Amino acid sequence: MKKKVLTVDDSRTIRNMLLVTLNNAGFETIQAEDGIEGLEVLEECNPDVIVTDINMPRLDGFGFIEGVRRNEKYRAVPILVLTTESDAEKKNRARQAGATGWIVKPFDPTKLIDAIERVTA
Amino acid sequence: MDMNEIKEIFFQECEEQLAELESGLLKMNDGDRDPETVNAVFRAVHSIKGGAGAFGLDDLVAFAHVFETTLDCVRSNKLEPGPEVMKVMLKSADVLADLVTASRDGGSVDESRSSGLVKELEALANGDMPASSAAPVAAAKPAAPAPVAAAPSDDSGFQAIPFTFDDFGGEEQEESVPTFDVTFKPRRELYSKGNEAALLLRDLSRLGEMSINCNMEELPSLDDLDPEGAYFDWTIQITAEKGEEGIRQVFEFAEWDCDLDIKLREPEAAAVTEELPMVPVPFDLSALDDGSDGPGQTVAAAVEAADTASGVLKAAASAAKPEKKESPAAAAAAAAAAQANNAAGQTIRVDLDRVDRLINLVGELVINQAMLSQSVIENDATGTSAVNMGLEELQQLTREIQDSVMAIRAQPVKPVFQRMSRIVREVADMVGKSIRLVTEGENTEVDKTVIDKLAEPLTHMIRNAVDHGIESPEKRAAAGKEPEGTIKLTAKHRSGRIVIELVDDGAGINRERVRQKAIDNELIAADANLTDEEIDNLIFAPGFSTADKISDISGRGVGMDVVKRSIQALGGRISITSRPGQGSTFTMSLPLTLAVLDGMVVTVAGQTLVVPLTAIVETLQPEAQHIHSFGANQRLISIRNSFCPLVDVGRILNFRGTQANPMDGVALLVESEGGGQRALMVDAIQGQRQVVIKSLEANYTHVPGIAAATILGDGRVALILDVDAVVAASRGQSLKQEMSLAVAG
Repeated sequence: MKKKVLTVDDSRTIRNMLLVTLNNAGFETIQAEDGIEGLEVLEECNPDVIVTDINMPRLDGFGFIEGVRRNEKYRAVPILVLTTESDAEKKNRARQAGATGWIVKPFDPTKLIDAIERVTA
Repeated sequence: MDMNEIKEIFFQECEEQLAELESGLLKMNDGDRDPETVNAVFRAVHSIKGGAGAFGLDDLVAFAHVFETTLDCVRSNKLEPGPEVMKVMLKSADVLADLVTASRDGGSVDESRSSGLVKELEALANGDMPASSAAPVAAAKPAAPAPVAAAPSDDSGFQAIPFTFDDFGGEEQEESVPTFDVTFKPRRELYSKGNEAALLLRDLSRLGEMSINCNMEELPSLDDLDPEGAYFDWTIQITAEKGEEGIRQVFEFAEWDCDLDIKLREPEAAAVTEELPMVPVPFDLSALDDGSDGPGQTVAAAVEAADTASGVLKAAASAAKPEKKESPAAAAAAAAAAQANNAAGQTIRVDLDRVDRLINLVGELVINQAMLSQSVIENDATGTSAVNMGLEELQQLTREIQDSVMAIRAQPVKPVFQRMSRIVREVADMVGKSIRLVTEGENTEVDKTVIDKLAEPLTHMIRNAVDHGIESPEKRAAAGKEPEGTIKLTAKHRSGRIVIELVDDGAGINRERVRQKAIDNELIAADANLTDEEIDNLIFAPGFSTADKISDISGRGVGMDVVKRSIQALGGRISITSRPGQGSTFTMSLPLTLAVLDGMVVTVAGQTLVVPLTAIVETLQPEAQHIHSFGANQRLISIRNSFCPLVDVGRILNFRGTQANPMDGVALLVESEGGGQRALMVDAIQGQRQVVIKSLEANYTHVPGIAAATILGDGRVALILDVDAVVAASRGQSLKQEMSLAVAG
């Protein structure tokens, strides 16, 4: 059975890259383009892992992660933060919000898949 | 979809982000302090940086990073976005746009400009005010090392810290692979953040041969057990080629939420442990799952030897929830659609080629429908048959389809207007003027084909306005004006056309000089009696250039005549009104589309011609007492007590050698840009209809006096009259010789 990945990113470029990379690696990919939409589709897509950006309109990655963790059903789902923010402060905030791990852009397909496999069974 | 397609998308997205960036910055420049505006600006740069990084566009990443850092200071209120700061920001947006263009099309950018801006941005981020406004401050701490400036700004400047799985250890260990003793004690936070001890151990086992011991001493009795607690710790012996770094890498996500101790073992001890088999954890907590919905999962999964248990759990969870999302593709399409959706209605992205094809097809449909109508009418003179009625409805529908299809390609003029603000900034900078561009009606929509061709003449006019229109600050001050000049660019719809106005509050046209220049260039006779309006419009005459010296900025070998011609090529008109000391107003009126035209079909010397309806003021039947001869072969017609030159279209186009008798034909009173009214004589009016424009240039060659061609209902080609050119020819200003080459065939 294919693992399901929910990606949340406001950049069309990155969304497309995620889609291609994940599909090629045999994942089923659901995409949302900001935190609000991410939380909306969360219930129906029931992902095995979530990959999210931090800087997004409407609801940013921190808010989104907190939202996921507040949801009884998804508070243990692995969440990877995909962001160019490499400084410790942002990483720390993401962790406090409940992120499982992070992937620093520039986007590298191998890194992404490795990281996903690290946090999923 | 491959990487090239994604790159294409990236550049499209860049365009959007740059537009977003520019409009946000302009808002901030006007004093908008809404945090969301700043956020949107920040995100735009951030997005460009993110995508650029993925494609290895290092120059773009480096600049975007510095820009973003400075924007972040504004975002976090560390930097006040005053006028000086905004000036740097706007310039940076321009450079960013250049870098995007250079990345897409190749070519290079002005290195000194971008590196200069990088320094300015870094200084801002570092808390220095721009040199021009706060030189003393900057001078006071010249050597203060900026944290941002510390990053190398010459090459990539920004180096994201990637997390690598590369080998770190190994190189110092000669033959023997090192063995480590690892103790790993997770805290409950590790589980609450979605990490799994079992998965970490699994990954660890992939590093090399490993034996593992689970310590369960802390496990309380069932009654005291917190299902989400962390009760186990592990001691592991592992032979890892990747060394300690490799092991730490495994725990990268978890090390904050666990106690981790890694010790290198002495070589001889390693040999012993290698013999040890992997010890399965002899404990089954699956019973604990009963009654506890999810929480037990963490403990259970941690205890189960890796893969299977949690896999089953996850599978069960997936099965419990029916899938509503059909496919990733559908989801992606929906996401893309939502992306383009800006608060307004739903939108989709369509390849322009498809729209163009549709528009062409509808054009053919219109022609076909017209041909069909014509042949039906010829066979059914009464026009009462059912076929005829049906055709009328078809005609109505065709027209509606055409309008709807054209609306697909309609776009707001905003992107073009936005480009103008950059040009104003740059040119004003170059000539040392201070100028504000105000835009209005930027959401006015017009066909994309018109928009694409609008940028060039508009750019030229803006350059002209900045260079020649607006005076220098000193002159303005002397004239009692604000030192900062204003250029206003507006767009609006007016009677089926788009009207674009460019108003400057500069010095206005210097009529004395224009007149003198026109005389010098033999454009007019030395004693010509011209109205102010006519003098102003002389600047559009071919070969006229008002600037005494050709400057870098607006005098690139083209004058306003070129602007006028390109506007005319679009089926548009341009005129100028000017008030000395108060400024000039350029008014352009353009068709909303280049695909169709409402025209009056007329007969001239046996030929069928189409006259654009927008040019016609009225039609009239000349009477003998209204016709007056004037000079050698000029004739005038008096209309309500004013005189208007009579122009025989057939003569002008060389359809016939001598002028026709005005009483035998019909006069079309036309208004041409700048030239006032003329009465065009044609032999007869056939009717009025919408025609599909077919370019003559694309299919044949340019013919003076003719704007384009069309195909009529009877399948014949009819030429569309270029009213302005015909009027100009009648004035004898130009084209006369060209005219003789004209449309004889």
